[in-house]
Amino acid sequence: MKVIIASGKGGTGKTTVCASLISVWDSPVIAADMDVEAPNLHLYLNPKIEEARKATIEIPIIDKEKCMRCGACVEVCQFNALTLTDDGVLSFPEMCHGCGGCFLACPFGAIISGERELGNVLWGKVNKNTDFIMGELRIGEAMSPPLIREIKKHLENNFKNLKDIIMDAPPGTSCPPINAAIDADVIVLVAEPTPFGLHDLGLAREAFKSLKKPIGVVINRAGSKAHNFPIYEYCNAKKLPVWSEIPFSKEIALACSKGQVLALFSDKYRALFIDLMNKIKNYV
Amino acid sequence: MYEITVISGKGGTGKTVLTAAFAHLASKHIICDLDVDASDLHILLERKRDFKKDFFSGNEAIIDQSKCIQCGSCTELCKFEAIYKTEKGPSVDPIRCEGCGVCVKHCPQNAISFPKKHCGEWYQSQTNFAPMIHAQLFPGEENSGLLVSLLRKEAKKLAVERGANLLICDGSPGMGCPVISSLAGTNLAVIITEPTLSGMHDLKRILDLCKHFSIPAKVIINKYDLNKDQATLIEKYCVENKTEVVSKIPYSKTVIEAVIMKKTIIEYDDGIVSDIIKEAWSKIKKEITNA
Repeated sequence: MKVIIASGKGGTGKTTVCASLISVWDSPVIAADMDVEAPNLHLYLNPKIEEARKATIEIPIIDKEKCMRCGACVEVCQFNALTLTDDGVLSFPEMCHGCGGCFLACPFGAIISGERELGNVLWGKVNKNTDFIMGELRIGEAMSPPLIREIKKHLENNFKNLKDIIMDAPPGTSCPPINAAIDADVIVLVAEPTPFGLHDLGLAREAFKSLKKPIGVVINRAGSKAHNFPIYEYCNAKKLPVWSEIPFSKEIALACSKGQVLALFSDKYRALFIDLMNKIKNYV
Repeated sequence: MYEITVISGKGGTGKTVLTAAFAHLASKHIICDLDVDASDLHILLERKRDFKKDFFSGNEAIIDQSKCIQCGSCTELCKFEAIYKTEKGPSVDPIRCEGCGVCVKHCPQNAISFPKKHCGEWYQSQTNFAPMIHAQLFPGEENSGLLVSLLRKEAKKLAVERGANLLICDGSPGMGCPVISSLAGTNLAVIITEPTLSGMHDLKRILDLCKHFSIPAKVIINKYDLNKDQATLIEKYCVENKTEVVSKIPYSKTVIEAVIMKKTIIEYDDGIVSDIIKEAWSKIKKEITNA
């Protein structure tokens, strides 16, 4: 089973929920941090990283000797990564999506295979029952989806479907979180009862419902003065089940700021996340 | 023209609340929400929408199964595993498709069309303080970086029209495509962080990103008193990296109350949080005047 913990708005508590859920999960599980831009799950789970591998995508290098400046490669590139100048074809490797279209288009075999570093995929173990994997986008690299796909490839190749996977998604509703969630069986949206939280929960529901998988909501920082905010009405109206509520408390905020796992913090919170696990498992 | 972009690395540290406060305090400026993915600034600021425009970007491959002879060339060539089998023949998964056009170009039957994609909308609005440019990328769409570039261009154009000389931009979380697009050409990055392990970890990464693109950065620690030890570590890190911490904002329930009332914190409350933000703004303003 693959579970993804996502949210529209950032900072609603995805990683808090993810770390706790993993720590109470009662079958072998892989913790996968798909937020390659700002990965934080390792700060809570303290895995022992055993291996790291550089991830790259294939980009074109123009062989100036062979290039006849016909412009065929420039014409097919949809991403403005190639341009024809007086000095020949100039490439902007950081714009390239690695589609390979220019290699196929060049009639003179003048494009040599090069690579651009996306970042690293790192993996290891949290404990006997829990594997860990994360990606770390290279500073200055703009495209996170290909690195997210590298993590998925590693999971497929090394674990097949033998273990449950709990994924921490990047925030937002555009291509990075959707790429992360694409093969999930269950989607958990973490939301907070504020106008921003409600607005972004609406966007997230729109984005994730296209995946046609069960979606449940965890409301974080519930029960503050914001408690009456119409997030519950929204969930009701859209038939989004509220699977769990994490209370608003300074004690929790402090624990999380130190990287403590909420479920290990007290029996009360442990019970809350066991209940969430049972609800998720019931859906699959 | 001077551009300030508020970013954070980690989400939910308070970018939008701070940007709204700065938008309130500044003068002769244009407000711009570059978080096109989960844009929230309009919730606090927008009073009237002047206009809406469509955003088209990129293309999407669509297979006409009546022309398809199932030769498999599209499936083989696609680097994004976007083509899957159905009973009627191959089909393109719009979520996986990056719009590269390789399958379109190499289909021997010309069975794949490649229409432009309507990916979102952008708006010009009025606020109580200055005109605002903002957008909404449709859920699940790509090309957020291009939409960000478009917004910055439109905001600058509007600034010239209105005689404004300052752009105040709300950025998006993370460090990828939309953030890089937001930072390109900005004069000052204001980084909002929080005193948590995650906040610290992501601050280091976003400072490295600013350094990578040679963008000057200043730091604000939000809710610093939630974990004072961690706040001290962040300050120490900033000193070591020659980055000024312009302000430390205490945790206060009035901030969330202001958001619920859909007001800037300066409008809602003239207490200590507002005073501290005003002081932070005057420091940033000095930076602008000196530039």
